[in-house]
Amino acid sequence: MTNDECKKVVLEIIAEIAPDEDLSDVNPDVALREQLDLDSMDFLDIVMELRKKHGIEVPEADYGELASLGSCAAYLTPKFNALV
Amino acid sequence: MERYEVAIIGAGMSGLAAGIRLAHFGKKVCIFERHYAPGGLNSFYSKEGRKYDVGLHAMTNFVKPGVKGTPLGKILRQLRISREELDLSEQVGSRIAFTDADLRFSNDFELLESEVERVFPREIDGFRGLAAEIRSYPDAKLDAPYLSARSVVRNWINDSLLEDMLFCPLMYYGSSTEDDMDFSQFVVMFRSIFLEGFARPLDGIRKMIRLLLDRYRKAGGIRRMNTGISKLETSDGRISRLILDDGKEVEAEIVISSAGLPETYRLIEGFENESAEDLEGKLSFTETISIFERQPADFGWGDDTIVFFNQGSEFEYRNSRETVDLRSGVICIPNNFEYGERSLDEGIVRVTCLANYDQWIGYEEDEYLNEKVRWNERIWQSASQFMPPSSLEYEKERIAWDMFTPKTVERYTWHARGAIYGSPSKMKDGTTEFDNLFVCGTDQGYLGIVGSMLSGIAMANQHVLRA
Repeated sequence: MTNDECKKVVLEIIAEIAPDEDLSDVNPDVALREQLDLDSMDFLDIVMELRKKHGIEVPEADYGELASLGSCAAYLTPKFNALV
Repeated sequence: MERYEVAIIGAGMSGLAAGIRLAHFGKKVCIFERHYAPGGLNSFYSKEGRKYDVGLHAMTNFVKPGVKGTPLGKILRQLRISREELDLSEQVGSRIAFTDADLRFSNDFELLESEVERVFPREIDGFRGLAAEIRSYPDAKLDAPYLSARSVVRNWINDSLLEDMLFCPLMYYGSSTEDDMDFSQFVVMFRSIFLEGFARPLDGIRKMIRLLLDRYRKAGGIRRMNTGISKLETSDGRISRLILDDGKEVEAEIVISSAGLPETYRLIEGFENESAEDLEGKLSFTETISIFERQPADFGWGDDTIVFFNQGSEFEYRNSRETVDLRSGVICIPNNFEYGERSLDEGIVRVTCLANYDQWIGYEEDEYLNEKVRWNERIWQSASQFMPPSSLEYEKERIAWDMFTPKTVERYTWHARGAIYGSPSKMKDGTTEFDNLFVCGTDQGYLGIVGSMLSGIAMANQHVLRA
């Protein structure tokens, strides 16, 4: 999986948990919270959906790694690639 | 023996919401409900082929699509329910009607502001200051120590009539404490009613319950109706086993109870909670529901959605001394929402008043039925003073009516003393004296119907998913 594919996976999850958000123009270098209306409950859901859909575990200490789309990709891509 | 990761007591709004969250994320979860119908304190029943709603007059917390960061948006997201599915219609407009003054409000806060300015011109700056303080109050302050809402409001409002008029709807729609509220709860209610607003699905509470049941079932949740929990067994400070009403035993790693805190503690054998009596709810209500062939507007009753009324200049929100406290109450006309081309088939007028549990529970069966008839008429007389005069004879036009009392509420929900808003003291973090037992719903502390769902969501997130 590439970084860009990983970003797409994360955006798909956000689209599912927050269908009312416009995700067409998310800047990967800016915190998701600054661009979208996501609260801590939504971030919990991103983590839970990653586990449910993709078998990826994100320990609570690493939640900060999910701050932006770019940091998500940097943190999650190796985890996805380690699955195969 | 049956084993679950999580057992939930009660299939009301909070229990169903918690169940949806847990089932969605793969937990093996079962909801146990003693009644045959789901919904708990917000439910419906059929009588002579007609469906009656109980509890919910309106969904509070209504905001238009696109308004971000509010409780309604949060629960819909967390439960994966879309606004289209819920199909909410906004209120036409509501009133706070006291003998000496009348304030209209709607889902547009500016109406209430202009009404306060019209009726209490000297108070408008204070009212705006209070609203600003409420808007900026942090969401997360649920763990703040008790602060008298009356004392905060008096910093801004001098006229005690306006003060009482603002408290009246907020208390009637969620307060379990007499005469005053915790300021953090006042903030939650003020936002949910005045800053946000009222809406309703055309089919009422049934629509919401059906959506919740559908989500829960599709997520793989298990539901056992007609199956109460009669006992909770403990060992080493944990709930080790649940005993069902039929004697069967069930094991669960975690138990989330929406039965109420004192009601839940009472299930635990040998557990003496000194404050059990203090924990019991103090406030009970009656509601009368009248059904008409014609629409309420045909009677000349206008288009008020909800009217919070009070006779005289002082508003008392206390356990009623009389069987029913006729001085104040809430009139709800479910026909008066903006349904567009659609409408309800029949005219419905509901009136809710404070009532005395001990008196209602003390009547013999025949007496109880007679008292219902008697108080239904008296409630109607009291409430009708706050509605435009009818051009028709209401009694001749009425085709059906029913009334529920604190006794009814206790009989079908098992909430002590029929206290729909539960215990005056709330366990805001949901924890109890047992490590794997948590409470959600009325005694956790989020108020109102949206609050009850938020409670189930928050407790499931915090104590199961995040843990």
